[in-house]
Amino acid sequence: MTAGPLPGFRSAAVHRPPHRLLGRTLARPSTAAWVGLVVVTVFFALVAPALVSAAGLAGVLDRAAPLGIGALAVGLLLVAGHVDLSIGMVAAASALGTGLLVGEAGWGIWPSLAASLAGALLVGLLNGWLVVRTGLPSFLVTLAAHLVLQGASLAVTRAVAGTTVLQGLDEAPGWSSASAVFASTAQWGNGFFHVSTLWWLALTAWAAWVLWRTRFGNGVFAVGGARRPARELGVPVRRTTLTLFCCTAAAGWLVGTLALVRVGSASGGSSLMPSIEFLVAAVIGGCLLTGGYGSAVGTAVGALLYAVAQFGITLADWDPLWFQTFLGVLLVVALLTNGVVRTRLREVPQS
Amino acid sequence: MSASASRAAEPAGEDPSGPTPLLELSRVTVRHGSVAALSRVTAAFAPGSITCVLGENGSGKSTLVAVLSGLTRPEEGSLLLDGRLARFRSPRDARAAGIATVWNDLAVSPLMSVWRNFCLGAEPTAGVWPLRRLDRAAARDTTVRALADVGMSGVDPDQPASTLRPGERQSLAIARALHFGSRALVVDEPTAPRSIAGATQAGQALLSARARGLAVVVVTANPRYAHLVGDRFLLLASGQVAGNLTREDVDADNLTRLMAGDDELSALTDTIRRTHPDR
Repeated sequence: MTAGPLPGFRSAAVHRPPHRLLGRTLARPSTAAWVGLVVVTVFFALVAPALVSAAGLAGVLDRAAPLGIGALAVGLLLVAGHVDLSIGMVAAASALGTGLLVGEAGWGIWPSLAASLAGALLVGLLNGWLVVRTGLPSFLVTLAAHLVLQGASLAVTRAVAGTTVLQGLDEAPGWSSASAVFASTAQWGNGFFHVSTLWWLALTAWAAWVLWRTRFGNGVFAVGGARRPARELGVPVRRTTLTLFCCTAAAGWLVGTLALVRVGSASGGSSLMPSIEFLVAAVIGGCLLTGGYGSAVGTAVGALLYAVAQFGITLADWDPLWFQTFLGVLLVVALLTNGVVRTRLREVPQS
Repeated sequence: MSASASRAAEPAGEDPSGPTPLLELSRVTVRHGSVAALSRVTAAFAPGSITCVLGENGSGKSTLVAVLSGLTRPEEGSLLLDGRLARFRSPRDARAAGIATVWNDLAVSPLMSVWRNFCLGAEPTAGVWPLRRLDRAAARDTTVRALADVGMSGVDPDQPASTLRPGERQSLAIARALHFGSRALVVDEPTAPRSIAGATQAGQALLSARARGLAVVVVTANPRYAHLVGDRFLLLASGQVAGNLTREDVDADNLTRLMAGDDELSALTDTIRRTHPDR
């Protein structure tokens, strides 16, 4: 007895050969962000020609790099169906932690950075553990983490150092090597390019590879897009989620460290804005808030789009307040585009 | 395919209850909160035979599937594979041991491509860590071949699974289970209604798996379908075994009656006769 092809099941072979390329392109998460990037760049290039220069490019990349690093981690987490609102505060708090260890405890910069990274990872683990253990929405869990960190980091810093701005950290042992790794610059034309751009591009390339070409990445898509099937097929849902929360925390630490080492000082943050910016850049880059869909390159394009707009508004000498308005419009457009994509992907089977 | 043919295929001299079981449940209890979904269930599933698990909704059928496929661990009692204690930490372990499942939701992730769905959780890889990556060519190839085996040809493995029709999704789920299940096949009948062609295809896959010597467990609420394909019937009621029968013991009508519970069915008959005398 064999399971030969059954007459009733002879394949629905006609799978829309025409417009395949168009369909594939539209189904790419980052397409909308690429289009937006081109439109916004052309617009600001006309309004503020200074944008199209080495200095302009350097300014855009300098803004895009930390944003892109955070957006990348948040984007991966979004693909897995979660959000992290604490990442911005992890960046600020880990910088304060490093600053305290260097300035008050007299540690070298490298041990301090290692310690603050460990602390950040612990926050990520706690976030992830609470989410997988209790099933609470990650939005609320990480919002709570943000508040706890905000209060605790500022209070501890003030109690220990008497101020919330820690300065003169650049006399710590090992500072020159840390500075080379996290804050070196290269001049090209009249623009100063920071090494943070390299960090950002390398991490994006690596994350794109992990997401599309590894077993872990396949699991990330499944965890976000269809959690029950993922469990049923033995994808380690909890471990994947925990790992991604640790990634956002580590990315937060990196963002904080890049800023700290560049200026040699650390000051506490109290705003939710950095976390929101990462989220917005990731969503503009095509990551669905509902999970299961998104790309690493998309988050980079989203961050670039965000940076071009922000820097362009400065160069064009507009009131910077317009940026928020612009951002809101951009977000709505991105959400609508995402919605169209999702409907398209879901509706096809009824054809 | 008749029952006598399958009996004749068995090696002679075995103990009368059939060949040595591949999978066994021994006094397995699983609780969901305070409710016992399974209560001291003992059952054996032999290779080369189809066991149909029958019961009403809430009788513990799906929990049984979850235990057999490694999704749920028994709180008490044990799951035995080849007579040895099996501790599956996840369905991945069960699949590695050759036990594959067709889930009642078909376990298809709509936003992922067909080949990613096919090998999800058991992806072929190439290279060594940290450069270990998906062997995409092998995965696509395997997917196309396994789908062709269940009669679904001409499918682009890169299309999203959301573009598959319901029947094709079932084909994908069955092809996947047949590919990864080298020793046992567990089928939780889809909750969604399906076409005759879909049911035919599923039935054919079951019989072909039996012919290859797999232990097949089919969970269904349909006694007629069960009697059509099954060799043995395990009746569940309120999480307990209410009957363990072979094909020789019952016909389809008896099976229906047993499944509903004799008393309940006669009570129902009485009520209907009373309120609708013309019936």
